[in-house]
Amino acid sequence: MAWKRLLNRNYYRLLGVTFVIISLSKTLFFPATGFIVHRHFFQTGRLPGYSTVAQLINPSKAAPSTERVNRLVVLPFMKSVEIAYKSIKVRFFRSLITTMSLVLAVSFLSFVNVSNDVANGLLATRDLTLRQSLIQSGYDLGPRDTQVESSPKQRWIVILSLLVCVVGIINAQLMAVTERFREIGTMKCLGALDRFVLRLFLLEAGMQGVVGAGAGTLLGAIFALLGGLLHFGTAALNNLSWAHVAHSLLLATGTGCLLSLIGVLYPALVAAKMQPVEAMRVER
Amino acid sequence: MTNTNESHNIVRVSGVTKTFKLGKIDVQALKGIDLQIAAGEYISIMGPSGSGKSTLFNMIGGLDKPTTGKVFIDEVDIAQLDAYELAWLRCRKIGYIFQTFNIIPVMTALENVTLPMTFAGMNNDRAVEKGLQLLNLVGLGDRFSHKPFELSGGQQQRVAVARALANDPAIILADEPTGNLDLTTGEEIIKLLKRLSQERKVTVISATHDFKMLNVSDHVVWIRDGRVDKIESREELSISVGQIDIRK
Repeated sequence: MAWKRLLNRNYYRLLGVTFVIISLSKTLFFPATGFIVHRHFFQTGRLPGYSTVAQLINPSKAAPSTERVNRLVVLPFMKSVEIAYKSIKVRFFRSLITTMSLVLAVSFLSFVNVSNDVANGLLATRDLTLRQSLIQSGYDLGPRDTQVESSPKQRWIVILSLLVCVVGIINAQLMAVTERFREIGTMKCLGALDRFVLRLFLLEAGMQGVVGAGAGTLLGAIFALLGGLLHFGTAALNNLSWAHVAHSLLLATGTGCLLSLIGVLYPALVAAKMQPVEAMRVER
Repeated sequence: MTNTNESHNIVRVSGVTKTFKLGKIDVQALKGIDLQIAAGEYISIMGPSGSGKSTLFNMIGGLDKPTTGKVFIDEVDIAQLDAYELAWLRCRKIGYIFQTFNIIPVMTALENVTLPMTFAGMNNDRAVEKGLQLLNLVGLGDRFSHKPFELSGGQQQRVAVARALANDPAIILADEPTGNLDLTTGEEIIKLLKRLSQERKVTVISATHDFKMLNVSDHVVWIRDGRVDKIESREELSISVGQIDIRK
């Protein structure tokens, strides 16, 4: 059927979206400094490090010892990674809860895909008894089908579970942001840029995403393989195409990371836009 | 405030008003404030709650922008600064001390002190070395690896003082630094601030209700109803403090 093929192609579309998001986040993490300098120059008529154009022409006027105003350097990327890692480590159980829904949803996705890989491996043998046992264990196989596709029902359940997972992540991350309002405000008073706060949250979510999605993927794959062994014996493993399994695993992990990042986007923006005055508030 | 030739104005506030929108009603928190603070002084801003004290305080700290009028920090109009320059100002020029300490709970005392240096782009070894020095200075040299919940309120505030000094700021802004401390601990923090302001020539500006603060202040700015009520120097104060004691 045409729409099935279309959905099959969507795997690549998903990869494409991932690529676009990665390249977008690159501009977030490593913006062309030249661009910023230019924009700043056109907006204010100054260059970073020099207070006025006049000082640029005659640098002796800019006395370094009594420099009045300068622009803050952007924190090195590795330093942000370090801070994000520490922050997760300290709040281990908190991040575990955030990651839990991701683990479950991703393991389900991975389970469905790897199960289909197992079934496809069995089908590829053209062995009629194996085909029969596949039909017995619930696969809808027409007389001419040489491929098992996930059924629409399965697909809907997977999509729903992923949706629920994103909502769960947004929820948990919003709460984490609210909990850390004072901390973020303090960091801003100490000189953190909006971009640093955004980056911190994205990095934390990215790490949680990689770990959570990785764990979920493995969990799902292991259960799928065990299920295959249980139903069809060693034939399930012998005929398995490991390339397909690897593809399924990568897909599930990638989806998981992506969901984690999508889930944190709005909470991170809320945190980044926060005013440093909030740190001064006493009531809580 | 007197402005001699050798000391310049580190903070200059001219004709500042601030209007907040509360629903559909405009509330004017500041009704035209002119103020100059000379470098190296110890200033207390006093006033009842609701007087606009905190609003003025936030303006001076570059945390809020005035509706009309101008705020100059080291003769730079903060309204003209972009996000990067404001962040630089907060990082390098101003050190903040909060009523609720605001030590970052997931970091140790030392990490809290080195964080502003990291933001300023200092390398790690130098930051750690300087952080230890600063913790020694505030008397917490042996507790650098403690987490905030292992420290008492007074110790947390000391860490905050060390953190405020991290990038050798010109101004320390202290918002009710003794508000959450008991009498003796509060007094220790006040002494510490006074000592640092004398040794390091840092301008200390604190908003406070605490009359212990008055004894060490060079000037006290009284705010009432969004205006500067009066500015007193220490000599004038000793008389009025006596009056306050009597009123009590």
